[in-house]
Amino acid sequence: MSTQDLTIPITAPPRPWRDRIGTWAPILVLAPSLAASFVYVFLFTAWTLYLSVSNSSLLPSYDFAGLQNYVSLWSNRRWNIAYTNLFLFSGFYIVGSMAVGLLLAILIDQRVRGEAVWRTIFLYPLAVSFIVTGTVWNWLYNPVDGIQALVRSLGWSDFSFALTADRNYAIYAVIITGVWQSSGFAMALFLAGLRSVDPDLVKAAQIDGASAFRTYRKVVLPTIAPIFLAVAVIQIQFAIKTFDLVAALTRGGPGVSTTFPAIYVYDLMFQRGQIGEGAAAAVMMLAALAVVLVPYSFWVVWRRRRESGHG
Amino acid sequence: MAEQAAALLFDAEAAAASRRHFWTRFAIYGVLTFFAAIYLVPLLVVVFNSFREQEEIARNGLISLPQTFRLDAWRDAWSSYCIAGTCEGMKRNFFNSLWMTIPATIISTLLGAINGYVLSKWRFKGSEVLFTCMLLGVFMPGQIALMPWAFVLGKLGLTNSTYGLILVHVIQGISFTTLFCRNYYLGIPDDLIKAARIDGAGFWRIFRKIILPLSPPILIVTVIWQFTGIWNEYLFGVVFTSGQQQPITAALVALTASGTTARAYDVMSASVLIGALPPLLIYLLGGKYFVRGLTQGAIK
Repeated sequence: MSTQDLTIPITAPPRPWRDRIGTWAPILVLAPSLAASFVYVFLFTAWTLYLSVSNSSLLPSYDFAGLQNYVSLWSNRRWNIAYTNLFLFSGFYIVGSMAVGLLLAILIDQRVRGEAVWRTIFLYPLAVSFIVTGTVWNWLYNPVDGIQALVRSLGWSDFSFALTADRNYAIYAVIITGVWQSSGFAMALFLAGLRSVDPDLVKAAQIDGASAFRTYRKVVLPTIAPIFLAVAVIQIQFAIKTFDLVAALTRGGPGVSTTFPAIYVYDLMFQRGQIGEGAAAAVMMLAALAVVLVPYSFWVVWRRRRESGHG
Repeated sequence: MAEQAAALLFDAEAAAASRRHFWTRFAIYGVLTFFAAIYLVPLLVVVFNSFREQEEIARNGLISLPQTFRLDAWRDAWSSYCIAGTCEGMKRNFFNSLWMTIPATIISTLLGAINGYVLSKWRFKGSEVLFTCMLLGVFMPGQIALMPWAFVLGKLGLTNSTYGLILVHVIQGISFTTLFCRNYYLGIPDDLIKAARIDGAGFWRIFRKIILPLSPPILIVTVIWQFTGIWNEYLFGVVFTSGQQQPITAALVALTASGTTARAYDVMSASVLIGALPPLLIYLLGGKYFVRGLTQGAIK
């Protein structure tokens, strides 16, 4: 009897209303953001997915049309150019900016003077928009006013550098500019990685008489291998979403030679009134991202589990 | 004798080593300077040309040291240059961008902080799954949301308005800001929160008294990230607004596309710099935080 009398008030105190709201507060606070994100991520994706199998043209329509948009997409020559460009660009862009970024990171890591100044110089393009970069490089590539004119005026009168004027080479102008813009990003990540390498490991290699080059190749770089993968994945993501850079640099031209998937989507949806096929192209972009990101995130989760399991 | 010979030998070896050292350093700084030049030349070209006279640019080419200096191009670019028939310069678009970026940055950062607080310190059943779903927003390409957004903005009467763009950027930004803040708050010891709860502090009190005072580093990172990202965004700006409502990125593309005759590189250079300055200033002032955001956003 007496114990019950004592325990009841302790285990079940009358809860004031403020308290009851208090327990719901976290969920209530989260709810609007959650709802908005869910609409954005799931509803909007499903919506576009549906548009891609509808017969929408100038206006969205919700009559089911099967895979007709996908068939016409994949038989379109311009889409063919778009994804060929994407592969070409991704390859050169990733390898190029990782190579330059790694070189710069290793050089800066040699205890150079004014490290902050070097880093600031190599990273500033990232603060600036692709629109600004693209616009300025468009001028530099201009054969009449830009780099070609400069070199010719210095005396090399048949020097030719007119990438953006040539449909076979314009894609390389996009690649060069892309590498210029983002090798600083690779540098920042590599530098962070180099700084996290255990200095004892490096010292041990040096005591064993390994040259600086060998030390990097055999000891340092293997330990930062995950960073290579992270940089590559992020840059593939950038590449798939490439839109602004091309819009400002070449506008997809000359002709359609620098069309990218994102440019294609925009063009079909808003310039040509082929919403259904544009949506199909957008879905293909999403699929491409998923192909890259889903395995990668599984790998990251797996690695984390393994690490926490061991340690 | 032997000692002297050894000393000489040692000296020769040391001299060779220091010579090698000198050339290594020389090569390191040489390569760094080479790349620094490649990075800086485009910026210098634009800065110089914004102060040069148009005739001088036409005569000496785009890439050349300035021989004239004037501010007219900046004045024209700001207030009187014509883009597609309206002669108001970039100032309207500059303010469009500013009044879009500031509210969107503040709202998305605050929401991110609160969401991150809930998802790290008030976890409930299923909160991790919900977080993962929110995270998908980080990777979604804007293209997949274009038609739905066009419809929603139309229904809300926010087509061709800065408010519409604010809404789009806030909702797109929530996933980023939540991710940043949650990961940071995970580092705050749970015991701190537990102790406060035992002392009777509730949800908001803990947020105000414990979490917020510890938040400045992550809030600065998030604000910088959001500000530069939203300011530099182009796709939504060009799709959902037109003409006088466009943010500066879209206006810049319109400006440089409109030149049919000889390009007015002086005014265009000044316009480009007007569009680039806010994020550049933020980068120079908050460089450390900018880099931190970059590496965190990338690796996590």
